Amino acid sequence: MSVITFDHATLHIGGRSVLSDVSFTIEAGEFIGLLGPNGAGKTTLMRAILGLLPPSGGRVEIFGRTPERGNPAIGYFPQLRTVLPDLRVRGRDFIASSLNGERWGLPSLSRKERLAVEATLESVGARKLAARPLSEMSGGERQRLLLAQALMGNPMLLLLDEPLISLDARNQEIAIDVVRTVCRQRKITVLFSAHELNQLLGTLDRVLYLGNRQAVLGTVDEVVKAPVLSQLYGADIQVVRADGHIFVMSRGRDVERVDHMHDHDHGHGYDHGHSHHHH
Amino acid sequence: MIMVTVMIMATAITIIDMFAYEFMTNAFAAAGIVAVVSGLVGYFLVMRGQTFAGHALSHIGFAGATGAGLIGIAPLWGLLAFTLAAGIAMGALGERISNRDVAIGVILALALGFGLLFLHYYTSFATQATALLFGNVLAVDHSMIVTLAVLGAITLAALAAIMRPLIFCSLQPELAEAKGVPLRFISTAFLAIVALAVSECAQIVGVLLVFTLMVGPPAAAQRVTTGLWSGLVAATVFALAESWLGLTMAFYTDWPVSFCIAVLSALVYFACLALSMRMGPAHPVPAP
Repeated sequence: MSVITFDHATLHIGGRSVLSDVSFTIEAGEFIGLLGPNGAGKTTLMRAILGLLPPSGGRVEIFGRTPERGNPAIGYFPQLRTVLPDLRVRGRDFIASSLNGERWGLPSLSRKERLAVEATLESVGARKLAARPLSEMSGGERQRLLLAQALMGNPMLLLLDEPLISLDARNQEIAIDVVRTVCRQRKITVLFSAHELNQLLGTLDRVLYLGNRQAVLGTVDEVVKAPVLSQLYGADIQVVRADGHIFVMSRGRDVERVDHMHDHDHGHGYDHGHSHHHH
Repeated sequence: MIMVTVMIMATAITIIDMFAYEFMTNAFAAAGIVAVVSGLVGYFLVMRGQTFAGHALSHIGFAGATGAGLIGIAPLWGLLAFTLAAGIAMGALGERISNRDVAIGVILALALGFGLLFLHYYTSFATQATALLFGNVLAVDHSMIVTLAVLGAITLAALAAIMRPLIFCSLQPELAEAKGVPLRFISTAFLAIVALAVSECAQIVGVLLVFTLMVGPPAAAQRVTTGLWSGLVAATVFALAESWLGLTMAFYTDWPVSFCIAVLSALVYFACLALSMRMGPAHPVPAP
């Protein structure tokens, strides 16, 4: 059974069409890199899969059914927004809040649920980390904690929205490695959105490239080439391969790198606040 | 040894002394009820970073209280009506408004202005203005204690009912939304709960000083503990200790009660802040 099916689907946000007449199918156990310029609709696509945004045209199916909110088979790692600088809640309580967090009443956990939290923390090596408050964690530590959370409840599909943002190169590699190991082991289908293709090259099975309201799914060799990307970016794109790396260039500038630098600014802003906290 | 015994006995006698007055036992009961409500509700107010919204609600309540005086009903009901209406309106308008400092600031100033206008037209009420602004716990009577207890029970029951999704959507709104938590409803319900707590709190320390019980103790608690339950307990214990010690202090010094509570609240907060800074982050900062 295919995990994600988009069949001539169109997604609108506030009257603007973000994706238009998009069709693709993702099979079980695949590791898909979700790429594309800023604003191409990566988050929007995930929201549609989560059942938060019904398609305005066509059909979206997840595990063969219409997406619905709160599907326990989907683990979700939202794009990191600014965390309140004063958020003095320890990591363990933070991720435990998501366990049946939609139920009414007091936030008590059963023994089984507590064990599930510990087991998940263990699987990503975050048990020690979870004793500390979020306001004292680095970007990489927080990322690992959120990844643990996304894996709780043994999802079959993992949606990771820009998990590499605000991480340095070494922590990016660690994050990718953890996701790959855990997901291969448990045969979880992964949709991993990112700005840079190169770090994911050794890991992903196929790429889903968004741009210009379209989506193209295929292997790196099928998708990451000049004619396909030129259409997605709506610009004249060259693809340069060198030394096992792929560079997507527009008029001599590295498109991904430009996007990436932009994000790095966000990262710096955040890190700045963080270091303030320590001094 | 004998000295110590004598001192303890002397203290015990003076405490019994204090409770010989009915207004003091009433004040202790009322302050106790309000402290528990304030500490628990305030914990989530601080967690959500909405303390300013709480402050605004109390100011809007001032206009309600003076307006109630103008039409001849008890200030508490005017306070409740205005804070509840404002809390629900803020929640319904959503994040766009309720987290905008400027919009809230303008509205709270406007509300204080209206409060002044109502006072102006009801001059005999002016003596009560100080009580509304800075509290008058020593004037609490039996029926007020019953009212506070009922309101407090309603507030805490409502808080308990939404606590789990409230924590989830305070900490991780995107994920909570994906899991089907009705964010807008939860935040509106929470602001209504805050409105109730603010109205109760204003009876003890006045609308200008609700921060002393609703923000000071929870913020202090979050400096010294990062656990959820331990934080809730610490916030409640701090609020209780501050209000009861404040009453005791006021009894022996003849200073205003609200001043004593405000001083204790600030002292506890800064002590906890200093303590958490001295303990520092639990891990060394890696060298760049």
